[in-house]
Amino acid sequence: MHRFANPARFMRFSARLLPWLSGLTVVLLASGLYLALVASPPDYEQGQAVRIMYVHVPSAWVAMAAYGSMALASIAFLVWKHPLAGLFTKAVAPVGAGFTALCLVTGSLWGEPMWGTWWVWDARLTSVLVLLFLYLGYLALIGSFDDVDRGLRVGAVLVLVGTVNLPIIKFSVDWWYTLHQPASVARLDGPTMQASMLIPLLVMAVAFTLLYVVLALIRTRAELTWRKVETLRVFQAAGD
Amino acid sequence: MAGFFEMGGYAPYVWGSYGLTVLVLAALIYLSIRRLRAAERMLSLLQQSRRSGGNDGSDA
Repeated sequence: MHRFANPARFMRFSARLLPWLSGLTVVLLASGLYLALVASPPDYEQGQAVRIMYVHVPSAWVAMAAYGSMALASIAFLVWKHPLAGLFTKAVAPVGAGFTALCLVTGSLWGEPMWGTWWVWDARLTSVLVLLFLYLGYLALIGSFDDVDRGLRVGAVLVLVGTVNLPIIKFSVDWWYTLHQPASVARLDGPTMQASMLIPLLVMAVAFTLLYVVLALIRTRAELTWRKVETLRVFQAAGD
Repeated sequence: MAGFFEMGGYAPYVWGSYGLTVLVLAALIYLSIRRLRAAERMLSLLQQSRRSGGNDGSDA
């Protein structure tokens, strides 16, 4: 981690990595979409509506993983004062919010034909909505500080406090009676899903995750570059 | 072929979901690249003005 703590090193490393990751992301997204929309079978109960799963579930997984990465970065930022960690957290928050919103909306589009309702205040749906509010709240909070670094530190605290929501989301379908179905993939006994559906799901999940990494690298580069811009502006205003 | 678009009668739900997915992901990609390019342009401008003698009284 210390190797990547140096901003210049991060810029060089991300510049070399991005073309390959982007190419791989495109290939996996294209394959995943073909598998999801064409090659995978309809469900015996849900028919073609089951295809919504191939965008809804990967969005949910990335929404949670993104927040997890923000939490880890917040620890690195607050405890070890890792110089990139605060900017990374700020950079990825909008991406996490986007995936969370996508998860919620595709969930509603799936719920209406299958359950007969767009929304229900069960533990799974409610806790994912809370996750969206945490993302948006974080962005509003850090944006309200004139002192940017102080804002990032306070934001990091918010992220860590909200981390308790992640196990709540995951175990909500076990701890409470929910309309949302229980886990069929991430289970101690292994997945209960057949391969013809599990493989498209996993391909889309990896594709979405890689896209998240690509966006994280691009957006962290942007934050670092803007920071350089601000520094130069301060120098110039001081009449260097 | 018709079945592909009709999605067993679930067309609005399935295509709505995939359409929104493409839109949201495309927007994230577009906005992120745009933000990075804007930062790079601004940095290059500032670095050029520093090299050409710094503060000359005009504010670009």
